[in-house]
Amino acid sequence: MAIEVRIPTILRNYTDGAKAVEGGGATLDELFADLEARHPGLRDRLVDDKGLRRFVNVYLNDEDVRFLGGLDTQVSDGDTVTVLPAVAGG
Amino acid sequence: MLTIDRAIVDQIVAHARADHPDEACGVVAGAIGSDRPARFVKMANAERSPTFYRFDSMEQFQVWKEMDDHDEEPVVIYHSHTATEAYPSRTDISYASEPNAHYVLVSTRDDDETEFRSYRIADGEVTEEEVSVVEA
Repeated sequence: MAIEVRIPTILRNYTDGAKAVEGGGATLDELFADLEARHPGLRDRLVDDKGLRRFVNVYLNDEDVRFLGGLDTQVSDGDTVTVLPAVAGG
Repeated sequence: MLTIDRAIVDQIVAHARADHPDEACGVVAGAIGSDRPARFVKMANAERSPTFYRFDSMEQFQVWKEMDDHDEEPVVIYHSHTATEAYPSRTDISYASEPNAHYVLVSTRDDDETEFRSYRIADGEVTEEEVSVVEA
């Protein structure tokens, strides 16, 4: 078992077009680092030096990780992480 | 070109008018690959602002999951401008994240007339497109 990460259309150029990829780690931060090893460039689209990028939504199962622990949120095998670009503008 | 039913145009305009002077926003889902907007979904503007909009993250998650379950995609992503023309702002362009969607802009700055225009926004490039309204 691993953690399934669902990738939005706009980031699938980092995953060879895959809608979902798998990874591992004890926290979201570790999971993203693990993904980066196989999908270079992806982590940079999700995280900046202050943490999760402001216009990216990340969900652990059915919860927005901003309401959990952000990048320190604990994850485990069998979880599903969903990435959605925020829909926003002026 | 965006092809869209009159009834859906009317729902988008009614939503924009109802939320004026705050910006209104939402999506119209359609079958994947069909390029036809079919299911109107009004979203909350989490910013409740006359100059900015953002989908509520949990509502977006639910709506995106529903679309996934129904083999739909966001064919139209709409929002209103309440004091300026119906043209994508700099922030609209920088946050545009659905290269396959038609970005519909509605302007409610004029009380009597509502501008309704559609664009493609990809890689920071805006291309206006024709809107073909299908009368029922």
